[in-house]
Amino acid sequence: MTVLIGQLFTGVSIGAVLLLIALGLALTFGQMGVINMAHGEFIMAGAYTTFVLQQVITAAGWSLLIALPVAFVVAGAMGVLLEILLIRRLYARPLDTLLVTWGVSLILQQLARDIFGSPNVQTRAPELLTGNIALPGGITVANNRLFILALAGGAVVALTVALRVTPLGRRIRAVVQNRDLAAVSGIATARVDRMTFFIGSGLAGIAGVALTLLGPIGPTMGTNLIIDAFLVVVVGGIGQLKGTVIVAFALGVLQASGEYLTTLSVAKVMVFVAIVAFLQWRPQGMFTLRTRSLA
Amino acid sequence: MTEQLHGLYVRDLRVSFDGFTAVDGVSLDVAPGDIRFLIGPNGAGKTTLVDAVTGLVKATGSVRFGDRELLGRPVHRISRLGVGRTFQTSTVFEELTVLQNLDIAAGARRGWATLLRRRHGVPDEVAEALEVIGLASRADQLAGTLAHGQKQWLEIGMLLVQDARLLLLDEPVAGMSHEERDATGQLLEQVSRDRTVVVIEHDMDFLRRFARTVTVLHAGKVLSEGTVAQVQADPRVQEVYLGHPVDAGTAPTATEA
Amino acid sequence: MTTVARDPVTAADPTPPAAKPAAGPSRHRFRAVAGFAFGAALLFAVAPLLLSDFRLSLLAKYLCVAMVAIGIGLAWGRGGMLALGQGVFFGLGGYAMAMHLKLADAGPGNMPDFMLLYGQLDELPLWWRPFASPWFALPATVLLPMAVAFVLGSLVFRRRVRGAYFAILSQALAAAMVILLIGQQGTTGGTNGLTDIQGFFGYDLDDPVNQRMVYFIIAGTLLALLALTRHLMQSRYGELLVAVRDGEERVRFLGYDPATVKLVAYVVAAGMAGLAGALFVPAVGIISPAMIGIVPSIEFVIGVAIGGRATLLGPVLGAVAVAWARTALSERFPGTWTYLQGLLFVVVVAFLPGGLASLVGLLRRGDGERRPGWLRRSRRTEAEAS
Repeated sequence: MTVLIGQLFTGVSIGAVLLLIALGLALTFGQMGVINMAHGEFIMAGAYTTFVLQQVITAAGWSLLIALPVAFVVAGAMGVLLEILLIRRLYARPLDTLLVTWGVSLILQQLARDIFGSPNVQTRAPELLTGNIALPGGITVANNRLFILALAGGAVVALTVALRVTPLGRRIRAVVQNRDLAAVSGIATARVDRMTFFIGSGLAGIAGVALTLLGPIGPTMGTNLIIDAFLVVVVGGIGQLKGTVIVAFALGVLQASGEYLTTLSVAKVMVFVAIVAFLQWRPQGMFTLRTRSLA
Repeated sequence: MTEQLHGLYVRDLRVSFDGFTAVDGVSLDVAPGDIRFLIGPNGAGKTTLVDAVTGLVKATGSVRFGDRELLGRPVHRISRLGVGRTFQTSTVFEELTVLQNLDIAAGARRGWATLLRRRHGVPDEVAEALEVIGLASRADQLAGTLAHGQKQWLEIGMLLVQDARLLLLDEPVAGMSHEERDATGQLLEQVSRDRTVVVIEHDMDFLRRFARTVTVLHAGKVLSEGTVAQVQADPRVQEVYLGHPVDAGTAPTATEA
Repeated sequence: MTTVARDPVTAADPTPPAAKPAAGPSRHRFRAVAGFAFGAALLFAVAPLLLSDFRLSLLAKYLCVAMVAIGIGLAWGRGGMLALGQGVFFGLGGYAMAMHLKLADAGPGNMPDFMLLYGQLDELPLWWRPFASPWFALPATVLLPMAVAFVLGSLVFRRRVRGAYFAILSQALAAAMVILLIGQQGTTGGTNGLTDIQGFFGYDLDDPVNQRMVYFIIAGTLLALLALTRHLMQSRYGELLVAVRDGEERVRFLGYDPATVKLVAYVVAAGMAGLAGALFVPAVGIISPAMIGIVPSIEFVIGVAIGGRATLLGPVLGAVAVAWARTALSERFPGTWTYLQGLLFVVVVAFLPGGLASLVGLLRRGDGERRPGWLRRSRRTEAEAS
């Protein structure tokens, strides 16, 4: 029983990481249909932002807290720049967007190598987040995992609220549901696209800050994350956040139990097989906005 | 082309999307060789009805073409039973020539051995269709360079070489000039000699000239059915189109044309 | 039957139908034969005469990449399937060949050197054993990738998973395969892969003469694959494949099953990648996860994009050019190459989507480029297609 709950929590914390890295994509890919392969490098940018801030502000706790908004802005600004320079011209060609942004991600990786060096760097975690909490029933939970879980939850709540109640959120949803109608209703769709991209990319920055608590920071960290993040959004279904949330945790738990029963590598393959099987049942993902399929 | 004519028989057809019922218990019979026009306000369920008949959306009830049940079969199987359709926006393959477009349409019954070989010359049914739709001189032109009306004819030509016995045409004359409309209407009359034709159309002038029978749909249900004159005289039809009964004849044109 | 449609548009629009160069089938055939003769002369006479042994073996390696590119050109350029995981099939072919060669190197009854080194195993794993026979291993280099592509493709295409979804899934497959290979170090060689392959069916691969033989095999195979692909592209199937790319639903309404049409191109492309991987092994002497993962998989695509995705020769020339530029630049300026590669991707795909081949077409016709169909689709239909 204890083992089961322990594994469950491991799964949930893997899920929280997946959720954090996928949440921004749920916005840019899910809502706008843009396949941004450089999203992983925005995560990297968030992580390096934390690293740089820690050089300036030595108190690990403070630097982490300050890194959250700063990384959001840094990654968000990178996203907006990318949107303006390239993605905007490619809205009609999603597959080409994928390749172009992959080229961008190569450039960003090399840039990171030239600035920070090829070897991985490490940040110091704040004292508060290094220990464990013992829960009743003999389960111990790492503080940093709890923090990431809380951060992921907070990001989801903030994003949901932003989309539901703010005027910007209403505009984003309007553009998603009917771009032409939104445009003739006086919504500046180009500006909404840019803001959506800012928020989505900014969330990648926040994910980057969180990842510094779990491991080293390196120029290629984004490549390893981007596929997992995309899979979460694909399986979750585009256009709605709840699919992303459910699938992130489901895949996390699946991977944790797979790892427990076999090995990490076999678990990864199991997850892939499960995803293909799932898409047999729901090819459009878990939730989807249904429309007349051919116009 | 001595194959027997078949009719289309729809019974209690229902289609719903996420709780919204687009087609709500439609029953209608189209006699073999008929030219049936489907009309109705936007959202009446006309296109959805055609979608259901051709297998694009899931539906309950029954749709028979001749004595074959169509519901529950995948799209390409329904097509192979002789059901062909066009779409509101023309969907020819713009990167291929007129000839290639027609040749592909003719080919669904071909085996892999034929498919993997190169095309030599022009197959008979394709040559015939090129004549019928008046594009023989443009056979080697890319379909993307055709004028709008010509694309629509190419689509109809594709249905002919496909040997569709039931033609479902979604707004075939939208955006056409008067001459093009007349030509299209005559084309329909010609093909209906050995085929059954169903046309969704908003153009009332075109309807009066070429419809043999008319079905009016409203809010997913059949509102009225009969000849053009019968339907135009139906007060319920006038009510739907204008909100109150008016002179027969002008009613639908005012909102729809 | 009377002709009813009078074609009123001609009256209003005096421009004649776009004049197509009247290339009859015989002229087509002549050009093709001449082209192949030229290619053969280049590969079999000029290159071996001009290039050193070292350069020739490099060229052999590039030609293997070009084989993968031909398949991607077919699947992506003609079929619209952005196959981002071709490294998987390249790897399956490569590993199948390498396993056989390792077993042959070790001699009957012995285990490959790395298995002894890691020392986890007392005897050869069951799934290695069939590869001892060339009658199993050689067909497997092609059939194994085709089988995997068949299973994945039929599951995915039948459920109409396409566009970006398909691209991401194929990429995820590459990621999963690499993780699996690395994780099973004892039986797959892990990160190192299968290295230090000495012999090729009794011939010593260190001998330059035999290296030349491997090069000739590769060059011949490439030409054969080009001929096969040319035929496929010009057959009715090739026309149908383009039709599926540009209007999958429309094709369905003509009575075809688009899933089958796409599956054929995808499986053929996988077979080509497998064959390329199999020939890569004797040319280079190693196969490892680093050559088949996400990054190399996407690098296969870049040559295709640069050369011209929908053409026959574009992918080959693009792949060779990119591979050559990588070798030339990355040795001296590793960082510069990465920047350049990224920039190439961005510039070519964003601003010259037809690749360099479209420049050639532009020069030849001189009448301005017509935008290919896959560029002309509206935002709406693209969003639905993905």
